[in-house]
Amino acid sequence: MSLRTPIGRVLGLGSAKSGVSHWWSQRVSAVALAILALWFVFALLRMPDFAYATLIAWVAVPFNAVLLALLTGVAAYHSKLGVQVVVEDYVHDHGWKVATLLSINFIHVVLAACGIFAVLRIAFVGAGVGAAV
Amino acid sequence: MGGTLSSTTKHRRPLSPFMLYRFQYTMLLSFLHRVTGCAMSVGLLLFVYWLTSMAGGAESYEQAQGVFAHVLVKLALVGFSFAFFYHLLNGVRHLSWDTGRGFQKKTARLSGWIVFLGALVLTASFWILVCVRLGGAA
Repeated sequence: MSLRTPIGRVLGLGSAKSGVSHWWSQRVSAVALAILALWFVFALLRMPDFAYATLIAWVAVPFNAVLLALLTGVAAYHSKLGVQVVVEDYVHDHGWKVATLLSINFIHVVLAACGIFAVLRIAFVGAGVGAAV
Repeated sequence: MGGTLSSTTKHRRPLSPFMLYRFQYTMLLSFLHRVTGCAMSVGLLLFVYWLTSMAGGAESYEQAQGVFAHVLVKLALVGFSFAFFYHLLNGVRHLSWDTGRGFQKKTARLSGWIVFLGALVLTASFWILVCVRLGGAA
């Protein structure tokens, strides 16, 4: 037996049953991101300089490449989840809300794809990145 | 039925709690968590630009270095680093709240101060270390 009113059911009001999963994803990605981002900060501090050759050699190390790709993906995911909540809280017009959420989703996926592709390209092509093509 | 329901509108109804809240600095800290989070979403653009410029070869990386050398971009980077440390520390505060700890007024206020001052100290230390490391060339 449902306790929801008929009009509420028709209008599609009430829980979408996906709030808990969003909440958990945000926490899990937060923990992953804290570890990955701290690694990145320490890596930046240990970098001897920011010359092109130094950075390419650093990204090309498999361990660094994997963590950088993960960092990009997790950061984009965590960012998407966070911005989504902000939009849901402050954009009240239904049409605008859907449009904003959709574009935010797309932008984050594109950012993650570009960042991860860049890391993989450096990792696979190495120092010849500029010369290749 | 309808009459009894509509008659309640004649009475003054209680205001929702958020309209009654008097300002407390912990509210500002909470809001700052959102602001720094959104700031870093913008910072993500810069991070991906940095990566793609590297993947594009020496020339495009040089071009990006020119962008990063701009005073406004440097200022933005300092801002992003503060946003990062603040969001990280306050995120840990939020995660501990999720376990049900630290809700006492005194504890919540103290942890708020630790997070804010801690973020300032970490940001300053980070840039001092970077400058020392690069021999002031940055």
